[in-house]
Amino acid sequence: MLAILKRCGVFVVIVWLAASLNFFLPKLSGQDPVRTKLLQQAQLGGYVQQGIDEMVKIYEVRFGLDRPLWQQYLSYLGDVVRGDFNFSIANYPRTVWDMISESIPWTVGLLGMTTLLSFVIGTILGALLAWPRAPRWMAWLMPPLWALHAIPFFLLGLILMYLLAFQVQWLPIFGGYSMGAVPSLSIAFALDIIRHATLPALSIILVATGGWALGMRGMMVTTMGEDYVVFAEGKGLKSLTIFSRYCLRNAILPQITALALALGQILSGAVLVEVIFGYPGIGTLLFQAIRENDHFLIQGIVFTVIVSLGLATLILDLVYPLLDPRITYRRT
Amino acid sequence: MNGLLRYLRRNLSLVVGSGLLLFLVAFVVIGHFVVDVEDARALSVRPLQPPSWRYPFGTDRQGRDLLAVMVAGTPLTLQIGFIAGILGVAIGTVLAFVAAYYRGWADTIIRGIADIGLTVPGLLVLIIIAVGIRGGLSVNQMALVVASLAWLNPTRTIRAQVLSLRERGYVEIARMSGMSGPAIIVLELMPNLLPYLAATLVNAVSSAILASIGLEVLGLGPIDAPTLGMTLYWVNFNAAMINGWWWWWLAPTVIIVLVFLGLFFVTVGLDEYANPRLRRSA
Repeated sequence: MLAILKRCGVFVVIVWLAASLNFFLPKLSGQDPVRTKLLQQAQLGGYVQQGIDEMVKIYEVRFGLDRPLWQQYLSYLGDVVRGDFNFSIANYPRTVWDMISESIPWTVGLLGMTTLLSFVIGTILGALLAWPRAPRWMAWLMPPLWALHAIPFFLLGLILMYLLAFQVQWLPIFGGYSMGAVPSLSIAFALDIIRHATLPALSIILVATGGWALGMRGMMVTTMGEDYVVFAEGKGLKSLTIFSRYCLRNAILPQITALALALGQILSGAVLVEVIFGYPGIGTLLFQAIRENDHFLIQGIVFTVIVSLGLATLILDLVYPLLDPRITYRRT
Repeated sequence: MNGLLRYLRRNLSLVVGSGLLLFLVAFVVIGHFVVDVEDARALSVRPLQPPSWRYPFGTDRQGRDLLAVMVAGTPLTLQIGFIAGILGVAIGTVLAFVAAYYRGWADTIIRGIADIGLTVPGLLVLIIIAVGIRGGLSVNQMALVVASLAWLNPTRTIRAQVLSLRERGYVEIARMSGMSGPAIIVLELMPNLLPYLAATLVNAVSSAILASIGLEVLGLGPIDAPTLGMTLYWVNFNAAMINGWWWWWLAPTVIIVLVFLGLFFVTVGLDEYANPRLRRSA
């Protein structure tokens, strides 16, 4: 019980650190997003830049940027706890949370699917690669898996995009759904989404699978050398039983630890995949926010992502004892 | 020499990896003699020429000769990777030794920070840092930004290695014969960790390059430097894919893939050298 509380405490610390990081780092920069934005608009409209100082003041009051730093910090923490990330500077009066919640389902869908698929396929593949009784041709899978694994997601994405979307035009090249398609709960729209998600998903899955397969293969080799496996063979157990209940089950545990650690990396990679494909998820939103120097939006996104990943790791850690009865939160 | 050759024949990954990296080095060195690197600046050649005898890699929309960009940019990208990687491993090694050798509260704090830091998506934290820096970044500043997180992984993995080493018999004997802590670390532990540190370094360089390219593609890189990542940023910025300017993204993509493959195979090779136990399973 104590250990569970401690683990949850770590999560709270992550949330607090993320919030503070978010708040203080941009403040150190001395950039003035309000002024920059107003100057931009003044230039666009061809106005004389008269009275811009007064406008900056008014907007700073409206955004609360005129108060002392510690007050801003405390009110920021308070806002964060209530899930209020303020307004977007570049898209005022839209709120940051509004924009984030619009793109989260896209990213969760893409990342959830790809992570699950690549983890399952990779783990099974890796287990078979180490298994001496697996089909021969499987050995040929190793080199391409290794090579793919070393490439960043988005570079493979570029190559796939050129081959499958530009050259043969089997799949759409850009976006999350067709232009002019009205988002609705119809089968046609769902198919449209799947078609658009295929290439981004494929570039993540092809790369990530190799990593899981490599890790699993290593663990399987170690596990198969254990005495209890030799003993099981000696007992004359069926080879499938040894494979699934003796080897697979034990070898998969470090994979799950690795999954908890890799989530952050997978997400970092997926951000770039989204940018390359213009997929309407968190990554593209972040790219847009960086371009527009919209630091409330950037902060909101970074915070949301860190907290969601922290939560995912927390859940994985809490589930772990269920998978491995040797580890329990009760005794320690 | 003969022994080395015989070992290399067994450790093919190391040969393939170093081969790829040497090829890139040769490309850059010979390139500097053959190509005018000044053509890597915008407006120096006719824009949007597909590959030809005159411009083997083609030219981009802003009038850069892409061959010159690759020759000038590959070392810059590697420079970012090596500065950040070396800093990361250096800091990581010190922290790991302090944590694992002395244990206690120092270990709790260092391990805690590394563990928490590793679950956080690094690219996003780097984005916050890079956005926070006033004005454009230079190549070296870029390396420092990336280095700010590059020590997390080395700290964690080296700490685990030191933990297992410090229980070995020869460390015990050194301790009993009155050797001081720092002396044991430098004279007993370090030499045994060297191949492992080398593998960690290559790994760190590779992650640093990945992170820097990530930042650059998002538009947070050194805007006027012709690094590989910035080239990809311009590719994306100008929608080169949809416009059919395939040569623009092909050159940087191929070189980045070669860099990552080279570093990856070297890591695998060094790992095999560092952990002879892996040899049996390979």
